[in-house]
Amino acid sequence: MSQPSSELMIEARAVEKWYPNGFQALRGASLTVRRGEVVVIMGPSGSGKSTFIRTFNALEDFQKGSITVDGIVLSNDLRNIDAIRREVGMVFQQFNLFPHLSVLDNLTLAPVLVRKRPKAEVEKQARALLERVGIAEQAGKYPGQLSGGQQQRVAIARALCMEPRILLFDEPTSALDPEMVREVLEVMQDLAADDITMVVVTHEVKFARHVAHRVVLMADGEVVEEAEPEVFFTNPSHERTRRFLDQIL
Amino acid sequence: MQVLLRRLRSELFATPADGALSVALITLLSLGAFGFLRWALTQAQWAVVKVNSTLFAVGRYPIEQQWRLWLLTALLVAASGATWGLLRAHPRPDRTGVLWPSNDRLALALLALIALAVPFALGLTLAIQSRWWGLLLLLALCRWLAGRYGANLSPTGRRLAALVWPLLYLGGMALISGGLGLVGVPPSEWGGLLLTLLASSFAILLCFPIGVLLALGRRSELPLLRWGSVLYIEFIRGAPLITLLFLGQNILGFLLPGGLAPERVWRAAWVLTFFAAAYLAEAVRSGLAAVPRGQLEAARSLGLSYPKALQHVVLPQALRVALPAMVGQFISLLQDTTLLSLIGLLELLGTARTVMANPAFLGRNGEVYLTLAVLFWGCCAALGLGSRALERRLDPHAVPSAT
Repeated sequence: MSQPSSELMIEARAVEKWYPNGFQALRGASLTVRRGEVVVIMGPSGSGKSTFIRTFNALEDFQKGSITVDGIVLSNDLRNIDAIRREVGMVFQQFNLFPHLSVLDNLTLAPVLVRKRPKAEVEKQARALLERVGIAEQAGKYPGQLSGGQQQRVAIARALCMEPRILLFDEPTSALDPEMVREVLEVMQDLAADDITMVVVTHEVKFARHVAHRVVLMADGEVVEEAEPEVFFTNPSHERTRRFLDQIL
Repeated sequence: MQVLLRRLRSELFATPADGALSVALITLLSLGAFGFLRWALTQAQWAVVKVNSTLFAVGRYPIEQQWRLWLLTALLVAASGATWGLLRAHPRPDRTGVLWPSNDRLALALLALIALAVPFALGLTLAIQSRWWGLLLLLALCRWLAGRYGANLSPTGRRLAALVWPLLYLGGMALISGGLGLVGVPPSEWGGLLLTLLASSFAILLCFPIGVLLALGRRSELPLLRWGSVLYIEFIRGAPLITLLFLGQNILGFLLPGGLAPERVWRAAWVLTFFAAAYLAEAVRSGLAAVPRGQLEAARSLGLSYPKALQHVVLPQALRVALPAMVGQFISLLQDTTLLSLIGLLELLGTARTVMANPAFLGRNGEVYLTLAVLFWGCCAALGLGSRALERRLDPHAVPSAT
């Protein structure tokens, strides 16, 4: 496993978010992620973990606190948001592949439109990425013709094709049938060995134990516990973490 | 024979109740068909259609200028044949296609039958009849050539080939109305099927972008844009088209400075456009609502700007969902052009009314209305067939097949 450097990629300080209906989803959540680090965020449903990582690429706004991603301070400035989104890839629970485009076009759309790279070059890279996630032979198919596990692997390759420095995973295996979870986790594990920074919201304990550098527990919109996997799972310092682990282990 | 009998039996007489229903229906249908045929063959006098066939087709378009319409028809036929062949030569990348599916052969055979039988039945001169045969040959030739050699066309070439249609539309407008060195033919001399098709195609083409913009406006987060769109859509949908048409004839003259107010035909076409746009906006809105939120989020998180995400991710999906509703809207728009006759324009229905008012053809309303109905049905059927083919081609879930 590669070791993270000391350079900060994500720095979220005391982030607070209210939904328009008055519900407070984040109550001062803080997290720092270093370059090359793999951070797993766990926590009961409704604890704000998805909302939290969705603030990192401005899919959700927030009212208080500050977030700095790759040196760019997240503000409501649109150019800022676009700059951050180019550096941050996201993998969703529901895959969100574009059903009207072939697998290959799903991968090449953004690099060609946003990075203005020549189509032939991007296609070559896309095929290599599909090879890497193990579905090179499906390039010409449409997402609806693939299994859930294959779709999620395409979604990961699509995010990678933009060459992001940070990858966010929002419960990437929660919508999959059990037998397909492994193929996706294997791809993620393979990525973790690279230089790329990953923040993963998941319930997969094995993945957190073996792949993460750090595991974070969120509850009620706050970060409760932050520890190395070994410590997190065997000797957590907070009562809230112990209760959570009792429920899932 | 045995097989046929067994099939008849299982489809029509499976149970006693089925049998009774079948007998009753067959009797009714044959009575209806018999009655109609007796009227059409013995009582109806088709002279009214034969004599006025040119009037129905183009109205009072000056006869010495009609070569322009023939030329335009020939260009349209050639472009249709070429497009048809190109589409067959380039099936969707994930599907296999046949160059000459049986449906295409059937369609060509039917068109041949129409091109041979209708001009003959109308008693046109041999010179004119042969023009229709020529058009048919042109269609078949372009279809064959494009199918045979179209596969070699590069993607850029195909994109350029698609440009033929907008160019043809603009060129066609110039051919019809004059200009570019041609004698001008004012819109007041256009009529019949020509005017119906012109007004409806103009409205269909323009109401589409306006409707999409209105639908986007209605979902916008900017209050002014949203309320403006809602107000427009609800006002137009709340008013009958005929009142808007009269309003357009009276009010456009006051709204625009003198001389700028468009000619009567164009005024009506614009009113049709703005009317259809409001309905189209609602169809597009339903399509937009059917695209999951995650699609926009995925596009945005890949760095696509909002307009680009709309253009490449959201709208293609939304429009595919909205396609059947939109084509339904286009079909009613085509039929709504009959209302133009009430504001004194001589489109198909207006022409028909002048013909029926002619003392020579008194009481021949049935023949005229039947002709009108068949003509409208033909146009609407073409729209419907085209839309279904488009739907199949755009459907991401369809199993690989010959389409």
